Parts: sequence; C-alpha cells; structure tokens
Amino acid sequence: MDIRLDGISHSYDDFEVIRDISLTIPKGQIVCIVGPSGCGKSTLLRFIGGLERPNQGRILQLGSPPEGCLNPLTYIFQDFALLPWRSVSGNISLVLEDHGIRGAAAAEIIRDVLARTKLTDFAKALPKQLSGGMKQRVAIARALAVKPAVMLMDEPLSALDSQTRELLMDDLVSLWSRQPFTAVYVTHNLAEAVRLGHRVVVLSRRPGQIREVVDIDKPLAEREFGDSDLDAYQKHLWNLMRDEARAADEELLHV
Amino acid sequence: MSEPIEKTVAFRGGGFAPQPKRWIGVAVFIALIAIAEWGTRSGWISALTLPKPSDVLATFQELYASGLLFQHLAPSLSRLAVGAVLGVSVGVAVGVSIGLFSIARSGLVPLIAAIFPIPKIALLPLFVIWFGIGEGSKYALIAFGTFTPTVVATYGAVDNVDRTLIRMGQSFGLSWWSIVRKIVLPGALPGILSGLRISLAIAIILLVAAEMLGAEYGIGAYILEAGSLYDLERLFAGVVILSLLGVIVSAVIGWIERRMLEWRV
Repeated sequence: MDIRLDGISHSYDDFEVIRDISLTIPKGQIVCIVGPSGCGKSTLLRFIGGLERPNQGRILQLGSPPEGCLNPLTYIFQDFALLPWRSVSGNISLVLEDHGIRGAAAAEIIRDVLARTKLTDFAKALPKQLSGGMKQRVAIARALAVKPAVMLMDEPLSALDSQTRELLMDDLVSLWSRQPFTAVYVTHNLAEAVRLGHRVVVLSRRPGQIREVVDIDKPLAEREFGDSDLDAYQKHLWNLMRDEARAADEELLHV
Repeated sequence: MSEPIEKTVAFRGGGFAPQPKRWIGVAVFIALIAIAEWGTRSGWISALTLPKPSDVLATFQELYASGLLFQHLAPSLSRLAVGAVLGVSVGVAVGVSIGLFSIARSGLVPLIAAIFPIPKIALLPLFVIWFGIGEGSKYALIAFGTFTPTVVATYGAVDNVDRTLIRMGQSFGLSWWSIVRKIVLPGALPGILSGLRISLAIAIILLVAAEMLGAEYGIGAYILEAGSLYDLERLFAGVVILSLLGVIVSAVIGWIERRMLEWRV
C-alpha cells in the first residue's frame, strides 16, 4: 500500500503552517521528513494517520493493506505512549482486544512481536521498570502486533540518549532488513535521517514547503555509524537547512 | 609564596524532602493524652475544661460492656455506607461525564460551583420534608455532602489524563468505549481516590449532623445527647469513635491506593 499526499495546506486561524505539500510514500521504503522546528512536520504526520484534518488537499491510500493487517496506519510516538498501569504484554494486548483477538491467539502474536524486539524476558514488567530505550521497543512491538501497512514514526528516538539511539537505529535497520516495512519517519536529527531513510524530504521553515527530496541509494544494512558517504549526504542536508533553522530559531513564538 | 589554603567545601544541599517516620505520630498522641491526664489529675486543668482521659476510657469500656456501643455504631455505619456509596457513585458518574462531554461540562460545572459552598447541614430540614424523618433524610444528607467534592475531584482527574495516551488509543482504532474504560478511567483513578479521602471525611462530619434530628441510636445521637447534658466523658468517648472511624477510612483508602496504583512512578 502506497500513500500519496495531494496538495496539503493547513493553517491554524491566520497562522499558516503547511503550504502545498505533495508527496508519495512508496511501499517498502522509509521516507524521512526533516525540517527546522515549527515547520509542521509532526502536523503532517498527524494528517497522514487521520488524527487531524488539513484545510486543503487530500491524503490517499493507494492499493489495499496487506492480508491480516489490523491497523493500516500505525503510530510510534516520541514519548512512547504506553499505559503505565499495564504490563508490557498488557500494553500489546490492548491494541488486539478491540479486534476480538484474545487468549491463545493474542498470546501467540505477543510472543512473536516480543521476540522480534528482544523483549521476551520483560513481558510481565511494568513501564516504570523499563529504561527509555526499552519503552520505545515496547511501543515498536505494539505497532508490529497490528501488522501495519505504514508506520508513522514521530521523532521516535528524540527522547533517548545518543547511545540508546544508536542501538535502536541498529534494531530498526535489522527489523527492516528481515521484513521490509513502509514508514514515514519524522525527525529533526539528520544523522537518523541519513541512516534510516531511503528518501529524505527536507521542509522549509514555517509555512512548511518541500525544499528538496534527497534519495539515498545505499542499502540500509550496509550503512554504518560514521560512513563517509552518509556524512556527505548529512552535510548536504545541513547546508540546505542551516539558514532555515537559524531564521526559525529567531522567530517569535506564536502562543 | 604562601601555602595554598585547603578547605573542605561546605555542604549546602539536602533537605526539602520530608520522610515519613513511623512512630512519631503515635508518640504525639501519647504525649498529648499523657499531658491531659497529668494536668487533670494534678488539678491545673479543671474537670470542667477537659475530662480525665482515664475516665473517658472507663466510659468507653462501660459503653462496650453494656452492648450500647454496637447499638450506636451499627446504624451509624450503615448510614455512612449507604449515603457515601450513593453520593460517591453518582458523583463519579457525573464527574466523568463532565470530563468527557462538552454539554455536561457547560451545563453542570456552574451548577456544582453553586451547590458546593452550601453548608449541607442547613438543608437538613428540607431533606426531612423531602425524604421523611427516618433513614431517608440521613442518607440524602450524607450522599449530597459527598457528591459535590467527588464530582470536582473526578472531573479534575479526567482532565488530567495524559492526552497522548488518548491519541494513542485513537491511532490504534480503539472504540470510544474502550478508550474510556481502558485509558480514561484507570488514568483518572489516582485523582478519584484522593478525592475520596476528602469526601469520606465529609461524610463522617455530616453523620453527626444527620443524626441531630429524629435518631434514637447512632454515634451522632450519642454525642449530641452527651453534649446537651454536659457529660464530657461521654462526649469525648463519642468523639474518639469518630476520629478512629476517620483513621480507619483513611487507612483503607491508603491500602487500596497501594494495591491499585502500584504502577505509579
């Protein structure tokens, strides 16, 4: 299933945040959206998943989601959004219960996704017992449990320290290599974008418009921490963004 | 060249973190009672100012031995239970709907603000007319008194449920009812339980007021009768029962909190 954004524009009252964005997210690819703060990248992600409605333009699903898909558009949030009163397996069963999956069928899915995210030993733990990196793994396991067609990742690693971030990037790459998934990955971290993105979309500062789309052909599994060709891409992205970021930083906050 | 001065850095952090110390609370009670006992025995507290604690204890024992204690306690506890269960359950339901629906919020918040400051005791005669001099008016007074604080605590608690968790529920396609049951209510539970502490203390206060009219038995009736006779020993015995009731209720809520809110950080 592909996703197409068709002329998306949006403003809150007189405050224009997004201007005429058209974009295709092809199946089996990770599309990273980067941009200075306040450029509307998270808003764009909420439009794609149907949590908010744009003033203008349409979001289209092209083709039908794969067999057995329970929730085609599935988010992974920056702050994990785990229910603190449910254990790790309880948090995953939460999203299965409404689809009538309980008992042995649910246990089988939970076992599978916990194994894929290396969480098998933590099934009974409460979120408060887990580190940030582990919590985000639980959120990834929960997303995998509903067999999404497209994963919508809103700065998923931004709340983590840089070492945990490296570890989780490796995990995401190996998850993708074993079974390619489609994802829209919003981040302000260019290193994450060049490491995980097949395609990087650079947005301008508010109102967000597409400045450039950079395709990175190197296969994900071959990308490594500190690759010189990735560094070149990252440098190119930063050159595109530097002035935008400075101007965005100096803008008065609209509250 | 003079010798460099070597000095330990003075500690200036710490504090501002009170810790519970188990026995100090008990010690305060014992010390106060001991002072009262000593004062009344040695005579610098006159018998009219304060009864002798040992006399109060003796009165209490008499009350227990004669079986009157349970004759007073049973109707009081049942009034407390029925009234509080009524008030709290309707209060939680109204509070949750204020937390969830715009119309309920706009319509009921001003009404609750208007009802809250009314001293419920002042309405007792009205309740007697509406619900009769029997148990009905007593249930109504306690229920009404616990209702308003429960509503306010509950809708505050619902408002404070983390919105990102609700967005998460929506993004996974959970039904409205599932979101309310599995995300909103458990998320509001800590606030509802701390509101319950206040509501139940108010229920105990109103118990005495409820038993002012037309009650033969009950802790409140016992205290009022002792008060009108200036029988300070019996008055204090009754007051001690009410305090104990308050301590027990608060301990039970503490126990529920520890059991059900284990997940809190």
